[in-house]
Amino acid sequence: MTDAAVGPARARGEEMVQLLDATGARREHPGYDVHLEPDEALDVLRELVLLRRLDAEAEALQRQGQLGLWAGSRGQEAAQVGAARALRRQDHVFPSYRDHGFLLARGVDPLHVLSLFRGVDHGGWDPVAHGVHPYTLVIAAQMLPAVGYAMGVQRDGAVGTGDPGRDTAVLVCFGDGATSQGEAAEALNWAAVYNAPVVFLCQNNQWAISEPVRQQSPVPLHRRAEGAGMPGVRVDGNDVLAVLAVVRAAAERARSGGGPTFVEAYTYRMGAHTTADDPTRYRDAAEVDAWRERDPIDRFRTHLRALGVLDDAAERAIQQEADAFAERLRAGVPQMPDPHPASMFEHAYAEPHPQVLAERDEFLAAWARHEQDEQLGSTVGGDR
Amino acid sequence: MERTPIAKAINAGLRAAMERDPRVLLMGEDIGRLGGVFRVTDGLQKDFGEHRVLDTPLAEAGIVGTALGMALRGYRPVCEIQFNGFVYPAFSQIVTQLAKLRARSRGRLSVPVVIRMPAGGGIGSVEHHSESPEVLFAHTAGLRVVYPSTAHDAYWMVQQSIASADPVLFLEPERRYWEKGDVDTSLAPGQVAPLHRARVLRPGSDATLVAYGPTVKLALDAAAEAAREGTELEVVDLRSISPLDVDTVAESVRRTGRLVVVQEAPVFHGAGAEVAARIQESCFYSLEAPVKRVGGYHLPYPAARVEEHYLPTVDRVLDAVEQALAA
Ligand SMILES: Cc1ncc(C[n+]2csc(CCOP(=O)(O)OP(=O)(O)O)c2C)c(N)n1
Ligand SMILES: [Mg+2]
Repeated sequence: MTDAAVGPARARGEEMVQLLDATGARREHPGYDVHLEPDEALDVLRELVLLRRLDAEAEALQRQGQLGLWAGSRGQEAAQVGAARALRRQDHVFPSYRDHGFLLARGVDPLHVLSLFRGVDHGGWDPVAHGVHPYTLVIAAQMLPAVGYAMGVQRDGAVGTGDPGRDTAVLVCFGDGATSQGEAAEALNWAAVYNAPVVFLCQNNQWAISEPVRQQSPVPLHRRAEGAGMPGVRVDGNDVLAVLAVVRAAAERARSGGGPTFVEAYTYRMGAHTTADDPTRYRDAAEVDAWRERDPIDRFRTHLRALGVLDDAAERAIQQEADAFAERLRAGVPQMPDPHPASMFEHAYAEPHPQVLAERDEFLAAWARHEQDEQLGSTVGGDR
Repeated sequence: MERTPIAKAINAGLRAAMERDPRVLLMGEDIGRLGGVFRVTDGLQKDFGEHRVLDTPLAEAGIVGTALGMALRGYRPVCEIQFNGFVYPAFSQIVTQLAKLRARSRGRLSVPVVIRMPAGGGIGSVEHHSESPEVLFAHTAGLRVVYPSTAHDAYWMVQQSIASADPVLFLEPERRYWEKGDVDTSLAPGQVAPLHRARVLRPGSDATLVAYGPTVKLALDAAAEAAREGTELEVVDLRSISPLDVDTVAESVRRTGRLVVVQEAPVFHGAGAEVAARIQESCFYSLEAPVKRVGGYHLPYPAARVEEHYLPTVDRVLDAVEQALAA
């Protein structure tokens, strides 16, 4: 089968790194290779399957009114799982808002992601413990902070020591639309000027809400790197092996002191932008169907079957784990308690702020009156 | 007269302005094919073409900066910022260029750009979609800041904003987009209230409630509730944050002697503070009680499941009224 995305890309003289083609057949690449032991390969498949399951469950929970919104990662699993797999414990990730695969890979309880989309908090995980910054919803706003973090890594002497437990890379996620922001250009420039240990991972999922990538840029996105003065690579984002190989090389380059790399993971957003979006208003079903043929999970599964690494028993074990995982999400989300209303007064400042304290006192007094009125069966003076 | 939701009234106002003046352009993210995430520009690209309704790259500094450039060339761009929390990449262009170019050029340059932006909360959304940043712009000399609360005003005020020779920040109460109101599209230009005139929406003699944008409905609800208890509240819709129609408010307060300002934005350093200061300057001897303010807290807008406790409610408004009446 000819590869829909590689075709036109090749025609423009654009190479895309691929180690598995759309049918799951193994390809050789002169610059990149990767070898996974059977156990690790199955673990990669497991992560892909769990990530897709997270998406399906979250979408359903949103429909049931348990989540306010959901921004799905369906179609982008290989880009996320492959890239996350290339990282070491000490590395740090600055995600965007649909990078759920990085959170799963870094041991974050997915309920901490769902709490954000439920409206309970802004993401419940510990950014330091997991090496994952909070989700950033303002497009491209995480990019300069990621570069600054990497500049801190440099100043800590955690680059180029040759110690695999110490040298640190910073990976920042952003979309195709994000490349249009001025801050994106600044971030590339800063990283290049300071030779900061950054991997810029652009998940080009072809769409920024309703706008196709050609409305953001007439040139392939990875070529932004050239102007900034760093290498740029386009990788098949639906090929988990290729993503792993390319991001591994980029992260290694960063850790060793070689500087930043721009990786464009060429992929597709299979679902709506978010559950609030209706993609039938702006894109053809035929396009989605064509990309379904390039499904990242089917492709990897076919490959593992061909290798003999994946058999029915292993498949069943993964599915069972996914079912249990889903069950946990379905049970956990509706049980999430709403935060106490007064909790909003916490953490705005580290040090006391008299006006905030006064407002909190006023709020608590009104709240107490409200509680009392509730008990008296009246709503006078209450919040509702 | 037709019952129209606010979103559709703005759409109709944009359409009328575009039909009247071929130099009116729309620019923004997802405003063309999709018709905007709130569908405010629905159908306009289809009818006016891609040269007049631009789906821009995802860059707010780009939207406002290039709109300014087009305005220099005689166009009248109307920019859409998708959500209130996403205006900041454009802040430098708005504050340092758009707002100041007329003064810097001693009146030789005119930049009649309108920036439309949904604002306020109460829609159960994630971060950055529910903020009320009006005073950041009201505090910037050179900008006009307006905030309609009804479909009728939305229809006319968007056209008046486009016609203004000054840059205008046009805020849209996002949680009210689908609330319907009567729109009289048949008015002659001279019959439409001036853009910056406040309006008394409900007469009352016991106290004045001043509100704008999404809190106008809240103030009206509070007044209806108070009336059941025998208290008559006068409700004034500011409609414009900059300039501020102090006279209309003062005229009301001189009669009622009491004032409560209701806003969604944090009270601290908010628009209500300016109203309160102006009123105590202009009608100190008519005031029977200190001016009360009801609004958001000095906090980052909280997560959706807590927002009902952050936003002003009828009860909080009535509490403030009670305190004003007791003084
Ligand atoms: C500064 C800013 N402007 C606008 C938005 C509204 N918005 C949210 S997502 C999005 C599209 C993002 O596209 P892309 O960068 O390709 O990421 P994707 O959603 O495809 O992962 C837009 C315009 C925003 N979040 N931040
Ligand atoms: Mg995208």
